[in-house]
Amino acid sequence: MKQFFLALLRSNRALPGYRLSLITTLLWAGLLIVLPLSTLLVRPWQDGVSAMLTALRDGRMFAALWTSFSCAATAAACNLPFGLMLAWALVRGHLPGRHVANALIDLPLALPTAVSGITLATLYSPHGWLGEPLSRLGIFVSYNRLGIVVALMFVGLPFMVRAIEPVLRDLPHELEEAAQLLGARPWQVFTRVIVAPLLPALVTGFGLAFARGIGEYGSVIFIAGNQPFRSEIAPLLIVVRLQEFDYAGATAIALVLLVASLLVLLLVGMMRKRLALWSEPA
Amino acid sequence: MMRYGLWVATWLFILVVLVAPPAMVLSEALKDGLGAALATLSDPDGQSAIWLTLRVTVVSVAINTLFGVLAAWLLACFRFRGRQALLVLLELPLSISPVVSGLVWLLLFGAQGWFGPLLERWNIHIAFAVPGIILATLFVTLPYVVRTLLPVMELQGRHAEEAAVLAGANFWQVLWHVTLPGVRGALLSGVLLTTARSLGEFGAVSVVSGHIPGETETMPLHIENLYNGYQSVAAFTMAALLGVMAMGAVLLRSAPEWIARLREKKA
Amino acid sequence: MSIEVSALERFAPGRGKALLRKVSLDVPDSAFVALVGPSGAGKTTLLRAIAGLDPYQAGTVSLDGQVMEDVSARAGQVGFVFQNYALFPHMTAARNIAFGLDVLPAARRPTRARINERVRELLELMQIPDLGGAYPARLSGGQRQRVALARALATGPRVLLLDEPFGALDPIVRRSIRSWLRELHDRLGLTTILVTHDQEEALDVADRIVVMQDGQIVQDASPVDLDSSPATEFVMEFLGEAVSFPGIVGAGRMVLDDPLVLPFSVPDSVADGPAVAMIRPYEIQLVPAQPGQNAPLRAVPRGARNGYRHYVLNCAGHDGIPFFLPQDGADHALEGAALDISRARLFRNGLACL
Repeated sequence: MKQFFLALLRSNRALPGYRLSLITTLLWAGLLIVLPLSTLLVRPWQDGVSAMLTALRDGRMFAALWTSFSCAATAAACNLPFGLMLAWALVRGHLPGRHVANALIDLPLALPTAVSGITLATLYSPHGWLGEPLSRLGIFVSYNRLGIVVALMFVGLPFMVRAIEPVLRDLPHELEEAAQLLGARPWQVFTRVIVAPLLPALVTGFGLAFARGIGEYGSVIFIAGNQPFRSEIAPLLIVVRLQEFDYAGATAIALVLLVASLLVLLLVGMMRKRLALWSEPA
Repeated sequence: MMRYGLWVATWLFILVVLVAPPAMVLSEALKDGLGAALATLSDPDGQSAIWLTLRVTVVSVAINTLFGVLAAWLLACFRFRGRQALLVLLELPLSISPVVSGLVWLLLFGAQGWFGPLLERWNIHIAFAVPGIILATLFVTLPYVVRTLLPVMELQGRHAEEAAVLAGANFWQVLWHVTLPGVRGALLSGVLLTTARSLGEFGAVSVVSGHIPGETETMPLHIENLYNGYQSVAAFTMAALLGVMAMGAVLLRSAPEWIARLREKKA
Repeated sequence: MSIEVSALERFAPGRGKALLRKVSLDVPDSAFVALVGPSGAGKTTLLRAIAGLDPYQAGTVSLDGQVMEDVSARAGQVGFVFQNYALFPHMTAARNIAFGLDVLPAARRPTRARINERVRELLELMQIPDLGGAYPARLSGGQRQRVALARALATGPRVLLLDEPFGALDPIVRRSIRSWLRELHDRLGLTTILVTHDQEEALDVADRIVVMQDGQIVQDASPVDLDSSPATEFVMEFLGEAVSFPGIVGAGRMVLDDPLVLPFSVPDSVADGPAVAMIRPYEIQLVPAQPGQNAPLRAVPRGARNGYRHYVLNCAGHDGIPFFLPQDGADHALEGAALDISRARLFRNGLACL
């Protein structure tokens, strides 16, 4: 251990500033990331294993986790075709006003989550601009799970578009022409020559949107209705537990969320690698 | 024909899904006219929320920019064991729920936290006070500067830096006169993203703030408070102000591009 | 399969600049034609129009006398090799080659075993039998080129269109693949059109050279005719280094403005008046000085190529004139009193005088 750090500090490098930047970075990351996150790993066991196990056997927690996960997955899946459409229109479709459209795609990232939250809640409420026509069709968005999905689709959309866009841009336009000349019909061109090479990007976009979705708080809580066991998301349950001064319960949920989102990212990385084997040069 | 269909569908989607929300913020805020909307901003709790948000943003941006630049230098210029792990670590806050990002600070500095009782004895308050808000904001905005700087610095290579060192420049001179001018655009972009996120952070701040109106309420928290209290005009006016600030920061990222384009047109 | 292009016109989208100006071209069955010209001349535009990849505003393209409407009409009949090969990056070489068969409607699609057999044959034909399982990212430029060619040939087209197919290859691979392509063309009895900006490559491999400039065909001839009688000054210069001497034709003789260049006789068909004589550096003769006469022309060596020693002729009042001598062991004079350019071609207003 000591040797590792000594080796790490040794500075026989061409450029200056190695030690300085190493020490400041380790301090910064240590104090602001490692120290706080270590509480998540240690704190659950402080009250003993049995307390932790009781916290983990909470039915409301499982319901909340299920709501978060299923809604995030649904929203990310629904975003796939829309993300593909937007990326396509921006890169290949010669969309009129695509510079404006391009800037608007990032809007959900730029809008503070509390603002998106109250806005979406009002917009899709039975008297809102979009909620009213939808309610006439018998679709009630706000104060149930559909509302959560809609909010998560809104915040996840930029992740999807930005994951697909650069890969699509790099795909030579000639691929489609080659496929056409070889006799492929339009849907064959679309599925075999456009979607197939985009698969790794689609997986990445899905993973990023999903990971963001399971942790999302501000844009969801206003529209969700927050009924325990039905439309209560996991991050909200953490807040509820904190208000009840149940730190063990809150930490248990937080730990599950953290591990889940890391697993998702790991899985996405692995799947992406599998799917993109073809892109690796010799 | 298919192309026109795609255009119409795309713009319809953009209008309904992306443009409708900000348009509605403005329409709700101006429901009773501009005067009524502006009047809600003179509320003392609202004003203190604005000031608190600005203070938190300035501090977080300053700290994370300074350390972010040093970290980007470290990661771009040197290869060392554990570099990959450090990269993952610095990206971690992006994939953590904002609520969890707030919770960890309570576990450190809250009344039941590791250091909370100790600091309480010395009369230092972090949880449910401004320092906690700043720490939570620092945590969630930590990755942005490194993330935007690093790829650009790696793309530019190290030749200019090596030449400067051979010419006798020291670390700060290289950083200030060679590296940073070369990555101005990316640095600006990173700083503005940090700013936008600091201004709008809700989940993490909500957990550590304690929601004391006039003291530990930032703009997003104040918006929630007003909205839940059915003060719709005040809530949406504050939301419009916050939205304009955050979106302005994000849009400003392309400012250098616009300026260059304008100059080109003139030339 | 023969190709007839008649009065093809294409304008750039938007600004309306003419890219092809009433281009007509007949390519008989199993010919090997090279389209050459500087970049922007319209070679690739013409090739893409023949393949149906770009729309054109007027004119027709027919294959074996049948007018082709759009790409789908040509699908499977026309093999096209793109400049960057356009291999599908997510498919192995074998799946790339099989693509044209895989996408056939089920009723016309051969069985999987037949398709695999066909792929194997083609890999064999391309001399890359072991690369079927490799992804394009792992192949060298020459290998990609062969896969692209195999893919274009898989559906059994009678026409092969190649857009600068050797551009990205290094010179040695380029030469070997060039002669191999010619053999392949002869063996399969294809009708081939090759676009290239490299005139040497075209002269090497094609039966017929079509020179394009500004969206028009300037000359369409065999390599031999092209070399002996270029139609315009541009063609003369495009085909290789050329030196120009202005002068005046009168009484069956061309008298050059430069007194150091000897006059020479021209055919009676050439009308009197000003003209330009153009000659290749290796066709210039140095006339030795008579005893007592001084020799103002002096050849300074400047490298060597293809069995010729290169020189620059210097004398007062002249830019250096390139001048090549064969390296045949003979002792060539390097000083002279005058230049003999009787093998020059004559041009007037840019066009050849006949």
